[in-house]
Amino acid sequence: MDVLVCVKRVPDTAENEIVSNADGTDIEREDLTYSINEPDNYAVEEALQIASRTGGKVTVVTVGGEDDEDILRREMAMGAHQGVLLADDGFQGSDGRGVAAILKAFVETRRFDLILTGVQADDGCAQVGGMLAAMLDYPFASLVTSIEVVEGGKLKIAREIEGGSREIHAIDLPCVLSIQTGINEPRYVGMRGIRQVASLPIPRFGAPEMAVALGYAGRQNAKVVRDGYYVPAASGGAEMLQGSREEVIEKLVELLKAKGGLN
Amino acid sequence: MPRIFSYILHKNGAADDSALELIAAAGKIDPSQPPAAVVCGWGRELDEVCQKLRASYAEVWRIGCEPLAYPDAELLRMVLARALPPGSILLVPHGHFGVDLSPGLAIRWNAAYAPDVVDIEGVDGRWLKIVRQEYAGIISARYRCDISGGAVLNLRPGAFRPVEMAPVSGQVIDHSANAGELTARRTHLETIPAEIGDVDITREAVLVSVGRGIEDRENIAIAEDLAEAMGAAVSCSRPVVDAKWLDKSRQVGSSGKTVRPKVYLACGISGSFQHMAGLKGNPFVVAINKNPKAPIFRVADIGIVDDILEFLPELASRVREETAIPGRERRRP
Repeated sequence: MDVLVCVKRVPDTAENEIVSNADGTDIEREDLTYSINEPDNYAVEEALQIASRTGGKVTVVTVGGEDDEDILRREMAMGAHQGVLLADDGFQGSDGRGVAAILKAFVETRRFDLILTGVQADDGCAQVGGMLAAMLDYPFASLVTSIEVVEGGKLKIAREIEGGSREIHAIDLPCVLSIQTGINEPRYVGMRGIRQVASLPIPRFGAPEMAVALGYAGRQNAKVVRDGYYVPAASGGAEMLQGSREEVIEKLVELLKAKGGLN
Repeated sequence: MPRIFSYILHKNGAADDSALELIAAAGKIDPSQPPAAVVCGWGRELDEVCQKLRASYAEVWRIGCEPLAYPDAELLRMVLARALPPGSILLVPHGHFGVDLSPGLAIRWNAAYAPDVVDIEGVDGRWLKIVRQEYAGIISARYRCDISGGAVLNLRPGAFRPVEMAPVSGQVIDHSANAGELTARRTHLETIPAEIGDVDITREAVLVSVGRGIEDRENIAIAEDLAEAMGAAVSCSRPVVDAKWLDKSRQVGSSGKTVRPKVYLACGISGSFQHMAGLKGNPFVVAINKNPKAPIFRVADIGIVDDILEFLPELASRVREETAIPGRERRRP
């Protein structure tokens, strides 16, 4: 099976403090370091395992610019056979619907049996996979926690629902699945692996190479527009215990005793 | 202003709590227009929900057909695309069902989609002004959403407080005929309930809960040692389960267990809304996190900025001094 995985480069929240910039129009991007959206690693790992079980290739794709080549190479170092960059000035400022339309145009230039995305990215929208499926008229399932390839062009999948319960579905191929974190253990990528793919070419496609539907991509077609960021006011937040660690522990032990925390 | 509908989640003949929250949200979009409820399902349970909703919705759109007996988003997307008037605004609770249903429905309608909305600030011409949270709740974002062609808005459960209202004695209108032919390329086979695991964290009075801040599999022992000293059990947030450091049955959150302890020690947990959704019964929450900006400090009772890997062992030995009674066995050896 040939699998496409849609990935995204995001600010690395483990390495950066995310704050709004001075005028609140964006997050502060000075000195920000970026990395692959962590949930996407689970999608790529799942794709690699499916491709190795069934025979086939894994392609990773992202919508962005030159800076995004790094994350494509990282996923290629994991084992993805090809990375593809979809970049065009006209793609700038696209909303989720615009990004899905750009991806749809790329999917229509190839043949993929299965399309995967991570469960969500930095903005927590969890939207592009479901939109892409609707645009392609493919079936879709979100929050997928296991995939089994069965006979007859079908998959048997589990979706994570409330309370840790799981829904089991049969789903026809081709389809789009959003992959929940924890589905597998994404393989480690070392510096050596990255170096080995450093010189591989990454093909780039823009609007002229793909039939991107006008009226979707770009800022002027966005139906949803972010105006800015702010830090929510701390209303009735925690009482912060101050002092040396020893003092803090004394205070905490007294509180825990009073609240029934020590048994 | 487009017509506003609430998508009603229901189970065993009862509507989900979100049914009232969606009315509150609709009031923030258009105070002059009470929303209509859309209820899909099958059989006696569907009728029971519709009857109950008459107290809070002036209009209840009932869509009943057998394939909808289980709420499968792939089928329901088809039904809603046909049955609701073009250009409507549909409000959906943001959860595992809404995430499955809504992005594709917005595409079918060629309408705007806004996920996980936590507040609505009003309408300016064709733009609806909404608030979302990003980067796992660290920062809030203001968005505008073009509702001139309709919209699907997924609303965060608990974010919109139901407003007091007199019972309305609404009418149930059957729209089942508009569901049309339902053919799915995804079929629900079964639902497997969650496993209980070695420790049932839903029955524990005190939980020492660890998150990403525990950093490594070996460090789980630090939390276990403190829990033993306190007579507590160890639970965790999602990243710890994803890394396979603890079993899924130990996870607190919307996709894990719902717990009701007296005391909850959140150690190295950032406090995403999915995690906090699993914490009920108003426990005494102590948050320990080295990031002073962690969202957990906005909801905890007591906050401590420190490195849990150093703080927890010291707390454990201090607790042991406090609780050590010679000859007495600990409750949890």
